[in-house]
Amino acid sequence: MMQRKGLDENIEKLKNEMLLMGSQVEESIEQSIEALKNQDIELAEDVLERDDKIDEYELELEEMCTRLIATQQPVAKDLRTIIVISKLATDLERIGDHACNIARMVINIGDEPLLKPLIDIPRMTDIVTRRLKESLKAFVDFDVELAHEIAKEDEEVDVLDEQILRELLTFMIEDPKTIRQAMSLIFISRFLERIGDHATNICERVIYMTTGDWDVSY
Amino acid sequence: MASNTKIEIKNLDFYYDDFQALKDINMKIKENKITALIGPSGCGKSTFLRVINRMNDLIENTTVDGEVLLDGENLYDPNVDVVQLRKKVGMVFQQPNPFPKSIYDNVAYGPRVHGLQKSNNLDELVENSLKSAALWDEVKDRLKEPAFDLSGGQQQRLCIARALAVKPDVLLMDEPASALDPVATAKIEELMAELVDDYTIVIVTHSMQQAARVSDETGFFLLGELIEYANTGKIFENPDDERTEDYITGRFG
Repeated sequence: MMQRKGLDENIEKLKNEMLLMGSQVEESIEQSIEALKNQDIELAEDVLERDDKIDEYELELEEMCTRLIATQQPVAKDLRTIIVISKLATDLERIGDHACNIARMVINIGDEPLLKPLIDIPRMTDIVTRRLKESLKAFVDFDVELAHEIAKEDEEVDVLDEQILRELLTFMIEDPKTIRQAMSLIFISRFLERIGDHATNICERVIYMTTGDWDVSY
Repeated sequence: MASNTKIEIKNLDFYYDDFQALKDINMKIKENKITALIGPSGCGKSTFLRVINRMNDLIENTTVDGEVLLDGENLYDPNVDVVQLRKKVGMVFQQPNPFPKSIYDNVAYGPRVHGLQKSNNLDELVENSLKSAALWDEVKDRLKEPAFDLSGGQQQRLCIARALAVKPDVLLMDEPASALDPVATAKIEELMAELVDDYTIVIVTHSMQQAARVSDETGFFLLGELIEYANTGKIFENPDDERTEDYITGRFG
């Protein structure tokens, strides 16, 4: 197959930029939860700082996508790939925002002793970050099967989120003084759940990019 | 609304001497739609276009096999009057080719050949044809001037007006905008969008963007075969055949 230099090289560049953005975002999620575990305010502030860089990536990706569409008139799979990268940039940026939201909750909680040892939140974080990584892997490899598989796993995260909510409710009912921290933890759980939803979006977009059909059943 | 089939091609083979230029083409061209034919040079798309009004009859040692049905009637039936057929199926070519006559006479030429005289509202027919071709306002005060005084884009619209003057059902366009600048091209494309309400248009184009912009259906030809034929959106967003994808994404080598 003949190459289209201008287009192929630029799509390659787009993909690389997006993966760099993805790794920044992954780091933000992991650090925000690490900051929670260790009640490390400084680390939480690092996460907030990184957000500017993530926003810059998004802007840059959007500009590159627009320019490629304007100058190269991509069609078919090329067009789908570029459109999907532009949407993924938005997903990743939102995930970055959620990591920041978590970091802000960590700063809220401060050095106040945690209500209980953290179990479900780190579990949820593991699932969510793994799903994000795998969804990006599916993107790189045009792997529809993997995308379907990862999309399905969203259920697990939703169950954990529910479970965390129920457990923290019991704390709040018993002792109103716990409400402040319990609410922060509930928010954190919800932010993680939202991140999971974005990973699902990424999977759906990978399926569209590869097959040309939208499957939004997840 | 489901549209009717205007032209149906069944098991069409076409030969120049021993060379088979079209191989077993089956295609239903929809009424009041724009159908674009795309493919690399020599793929048979122009040959195919000329099959539809039997222009290939003028080339020696050509053979046609199969059926081409216009409104259900086989064009290659021995009883078909080719002159009447070409009245029904007009054609516009790549290079604007007005006759060395006045603007008026270019448009009046076809109707006159078919027996229409001045007394039979020829003026009105010329005016309406020029209006349909979106040229009237530009030429209404200079109808007696030579057609060659017009710009390339105007000449091409004049050729369209000339084709419309005999009231065809089908308009065949063989790269009608490839010799024109972007402004004149845009005018032709706009015109096509208007004409399609009254005509069935089949266009051969080398510009993929043009096919994507103007057409409802797209057929991709390669080495004499119709590889893929579908809704234009489908072809340019998610074609079924890898060869179509390679061609439209510019990776055909």
